[in-house]
Amino acid sequence: MIKFIFADSWSPYLVGTLIGVLSWFSFIISRKALGTSTSFARGSAKLGALFLGEKVYDWKYYQKYKPELEWQSMLVIGIVIGSFISAVLSGEFNLAFLPQTEFESILNQNLIGRIFSAFTGGILLGFGARLAGGCTSGHGISGTFQLSIASWISLVGFFVGGAITAFLIF
Amino acid sequence: MESKLRLIKGLGTGIFFGFLLQRGGVTDYNVLVGQLLLEDFTVARIILTAIVVGMLGVYFLSDRGLVVLKPKSGSLRRTISGSLIFGAGFALLGYCPGTIAGAIGQGSIDALIPGLLGIFTGSFIFAAFYEKYSNFIEKNKFKFNTFPELFKINHWKIIIPLTTVIIIFLFWLESIGF
Repeated sequence: MIKFIFADSWSPYLVGTLIGVLSWFSFIISRKALGTSTSFARGSAKLGALFLGEKVYDWKYYQKYKPELEWQSMLVIGIVIGSFISAVLSGEFNLAFLPQTEFESILNQNLIGRIFSAFTGGILLGFGARLAGGCTSGHGISGTFQLSIASWISLVGFFVGGAITAFLIF
Repeated sequence: MESKLRLIKGLGTGIFFGFLLQRGGVTDYNVLVGQLLLEDFTVARIILTAIVVGMLGVYFLSDRGLVVLKPKSGSLRRTISGSLIFGAGFALLGYCPGTIAGAIGQGSIDALIPGLLGIFTGSFIFAAFYEKYSNFIEKNKFKFNTFPELFKINHWKIIIPLTTVIIIFLFWLESIGF
């Protein structure tokens, strides 16, 4: 048991099963599906307001998704904490700017390249998630298991778009 | 503002989720990019297992009136273009919105600074587009949100075959040594 808690990693089947079970509890306890990307949209209003002023809070999208702390934003904060706990327990916590990877490229092995790839990648990810209406968790797991048509199309699109781009870069 | 209890429920759920993502290895750039390059199938294993377990449980609970499903809607233009753009970003950044939070927790500064800033910027650009083109974006929504509604059949007639296909696929993945 002790060994299990401090293990570097758990079987993906165990982790997948536990995420599935966590989804049941999320529905039962919070009446919500696991998802994360809407929180970034809410937060983005604050960033926009720094440049364009308070008027952005009146935009239609931010009227729908108000820039406030709610269930899902707390879930995202929880992910940071949970991952930190797991990483510390398994000795995997590591402050680093450049990711350790066997897939080396100018986009991830020097500072400028990584700032560029992470920032532009983030822009596409944020925009794409809003257009598609969800991300790998909201569509990819929670949406697909509810048999949502949009979610199954999204899951395929995420990995097709991702694989094409990855094969072009690496 | 939501109630304090609700915020705590969100935080607690997130802590479990983050722990699992990290322990599953999917907060790691190398594992995520490895999946997109079809060299490491950890992400597929986790997602597909979570789909099977989540689906069986949530539909079982929903049949007994214990939970209310919230399937997402979309439209062909929105869902297809959005998911492909998302995928391109996923490959460049090497994290997705949930796993980036996990990557931050395990100390990845590329996730915390340029990555997060990028996601906020991209979401903001979308909100600006939405301000001008919301009618176009919201057009031609799917008439049915889920496959059981579309095919007008009982959901278990999809859940059982789908579960079988996923399990066979996972066994096959193991057997070819991926």
